[in-house]
Amino acid sequence: MASLQRVFGKNSAYWLIGPAAVWLAIFFLFPMLSLLTTSLSDPAGSPIYGYDLTWRLQNYFEAISDYWPYMVRSLIYAGIATLLCLVLGYVLAYAIAFKAGRWKNVMLVLVIAPFFTSFLVRTLSWKLILADNGWLVESLQWLHILGEDGRLLATPFAVVMGLTYNFLPFMILPLYTSLEKIDPRLNEAAADLYSSPWQRFTKVIWPLSIPGVVGGTLLTFIPASGDYINSDLLGNPNTQMVGNKIQTLFTDASDYPHAAALSVILMVLIVGMVLFYVRRAGTEDLL
Amino acid sequence: MITRLGSWIGKHLMLTLGILVLIYMYVPNMIVALMSFNDSSQSRNLYTFQAFTWDNWLNPCEPQGMCEALQVSISIGLLSTIVATTIGTLAAFALVRHRFEGRSTMNLMLFLPMATPEIVMGSSLLALFVAAGFGGQLGFWTILIAHIMFNISFVVVTVRSRLAGLDSNLEKAASDLYANEWQTFWRVTFPLVFPGILAAALLAFSLSFDDFIITNLNSGTTVTFPMFVWGAAQRAIPMQVNVIGTLMFIIALAIVIAGEVMSRRRAKGKAAAF
Repeated sequence: MASLQRVFGKNSAYWLIGPAAVWLAIFFLFPMLSLLTTSLSDPAGSPIYGYDLTWRLQNYFEAISDYWPYMVRSLIYAGIATLLCLVLGYVLAYAIAFKAGRWKNVMLVLVIAPFFTSFLVRTLSWKLILADNGWLVESLQWLHILGEDGRLLATPFAVVMGLTYNFLPFMILPLYTSLEKIDPRLNEAAADLYSSPWQRFTKVIWPLSIPGVVGGTLLTFIPASGDYINSDLLGNPNTQMVGNKIQTLFTDASDYPHAAALSVILMVLIVGMVLFYVRRAGTEDLL
Repeated sequence: MITRLGSWIGKHLMLTLGILVLIYMYVPNMIVALMSFNDSSQSRNLYTFQAFTWDNWLNPCEPQGMCEALQVSISIGLLSTIVATTIGTLAAFALVRHRFEGRSTMNLMLFLPMATPEIVMGSSLLALFVAAGFGGQLGFWTILIAHIMFNISFVVVTVRSRLAGLDSNLEKAASDLYANEWQTFWRVTFPLVFPGILAAALLAFSLSFDDFIITNLNSGTTVTFPMFVWGAAQRAIPMQVNVIGTLMFIIALAIVIAGEVMSRRRAKGKAAAF
């Protein structure tokens, strides 16, 4: 890249980084400020004519007291889904990294490939699988796991399952990246020293895969906590998450200030969690 | 006995369980493919398979507005991929090859969009557009701006990892053999980074094509394919949606496989040449 250095002088790095920096500053950082000012504005305005900034902190108190159940529900659903993703994702990532042999690349492509079918279409197909008269519900009823009129669709189970399904690849890829880096000889050495498979997992593999676990849980939890597609398509009015509320406040109610306040609260919670989590796990080089 | 069971678990069970997880990930794709052959004219229940038909595949554009929405999504996908891949690749080069002031700030700024829930990003952009007086002009261009924004980070991450793994000795060798800097870049560096750029572009296109949450907030009256699906899902979903879903899957898989075959053939050809 020294040639570019000659063309642009010694500041060539700034010419290269410039477009990305400017774009993100204008369309990511600046909007965040805009969100913040909107959240402190008078709700009496309208989307077309704008809102007056009156430093109305009350928006936040109102948002919390009116919508806290949605917030709590989002965190719980996203938390359970992340945990399920961790278990399922770890199994698959481990199998690809250590057991797949020459099928490694094929299996990796297969992990990403479902993405190419629109995720809305895929989520809708769960509606069919979990339907009340579908084979899954009927066989579960036959096995008495579900009651006579028990159902799966439009329950919290369906929402959590949908979240797990949709964000699983985001868990698998970082897990695979960190598992793949582990030298298999470490595992062999532990076996030579008479450790059981379980000990080898807890003392060798798991500690070395922590960066992947941290990366994967963040990449799963963050989008899951803001999602409203799954709860809208697979849930019922009592499974609505904070994303549903923000969305309807913006588009249907045109109550931008309260919606913005709710967005800011979600963002603050997530940033706080990310910082806490990354610091505890000791992988500050994640950034 | 227990250790033998343990070693069997180590050998086969993990692989079996892994394949089961993979199957779980494919259940919806199989249902989508199946439903693309569903004849939905018989009954109003659109969530069960009624009868087999080729009609959906023969008349994919029959549902009103679907193919127009598809066209919008493809245009936005291609444009945002081109812009984000260019901007992001330049940024990746700067981050890997240069030490400059503000580098860690830049790293943070690139990480943040990936750590922000879509609903927050979408609503903040909407707040900005409204505050700037564009509240009445939301549409194609505001969607495009948003898609380029969230794609940049993913492109940088993908290209950066490829670039960081590059053996810099190859470039040194080229300049030892009297290649000038421009030749070194275009004949050595760029071809080696190209697979990373291609992967980034593919990722960017699929993220853009699939985005709903951010798009829905900033679209005004413009309808993209995911928005069409969303709207249709509130009423009665046309089976042709499944045709498009299956088609996209096949096309993307074909591109990935073709890329893999080509890179293997090239590697073989090079090995033969030496």
